[in-house]
Amino acid sequence: MVEWTECERATIKDIFAKLDYDSVGPAALSRCLIVYPWTQRYFGNFGNLYNAAAIMGNPNVAKHGTIILHGLDRGVKNMDNMKDTYAELSVLHSEKLHVDPDNFKLISDCLTIVVASRMGKAFTGEVQAALQKFLAVVVSSLGRQYH
Amino acid sequence: MSLTEKDKAVVKALWAKISTHADAIGGDALGRLLVVYPQTKTYFSHWPDLSPNSPSVKNHGKTIMSGIALAVSTIDDLKSGLQELSEKHAFKLRVDPANFKILSHCILVVLAIMFPKEFTPEAHVAMDKFFCGVSLALAERYR
Repeated sequence: MVEWTECERATIKDIFAKLDYDSVGPAALSRCLIVYPWTQRYFGNFGNLYNAAAIMGNPNVAKHGTIILHGLDRGVKNMDNMKDTYAELSVLHSEKLHVDPDNFKLISDCLTIVVASRMGKAFTGEVQAALQKFLAVVVSSLGRQYH
Repeated sequence: MSLTEKDKAVVKALWAKISTHADAIGGDALGRLLVVYPQTKTYFSHWPDLSPNSPSVKNHGKTIMSGIALAVSTIDDLKSGLQELSEKHAFKLRVDPANFKILSHCILVVLAIMFPKEFTPEAHVAMDKFFCGVSLALAERYR
């Protein structure tokens, strides 16, 4: 079981309370598709992903970025039981979407960088550590049902 | 995933904008590394103070960034340009090369914080590739 300090819990809740989902989600997903272009393999039916400008202007990418970020809400609300919370999504990503779980780390890193750019100086080492720990647990839970 | 001419141009252009702040970037990135990845503290057990604003951390951040500056100036041949540093890391410091990746990540986070407008996705991919190249060159002499 993952142990969370009171400080970590408060930090995570604070980060997500202040997040502009409709901006951060699309920014994180489009950054991932640009910085790690092989991740585009999962979005063949999203239309034009030809270059960075196309990706950043693509409405399907924007919509899906917001969906992904709201998926993290479940983890924020259930920090003490992320394994069960993400079991269904884990099966979906494995059995239906066939996503290589290594990709979860990539989008996780992109999200960290987008959150850092929005929070600026408030994104201290301690805040980064808490967010990265939270995202690592989500990533682990999402990979749990793969076989 | 070698650096294209475009990547090199993007890296040099970004470096031109950020290099005056190199000391601050290095200090923040190293301070952050020690907090976010506590296992890295094992390499600095000889420092009296490992907190983010300590003189040891700030000083060493400068040292790291001067290595990055060297890498930017030898971007066309990182292996030769960083050979001496590679030998130092391999034979003297013996830093596990996995740590190059996490320090690179911390530097990218600092760039996102300090230069949100300039650190576009295009700049990000070029810098990520650059740091991969630097890490590879630094690990060259390990075995």
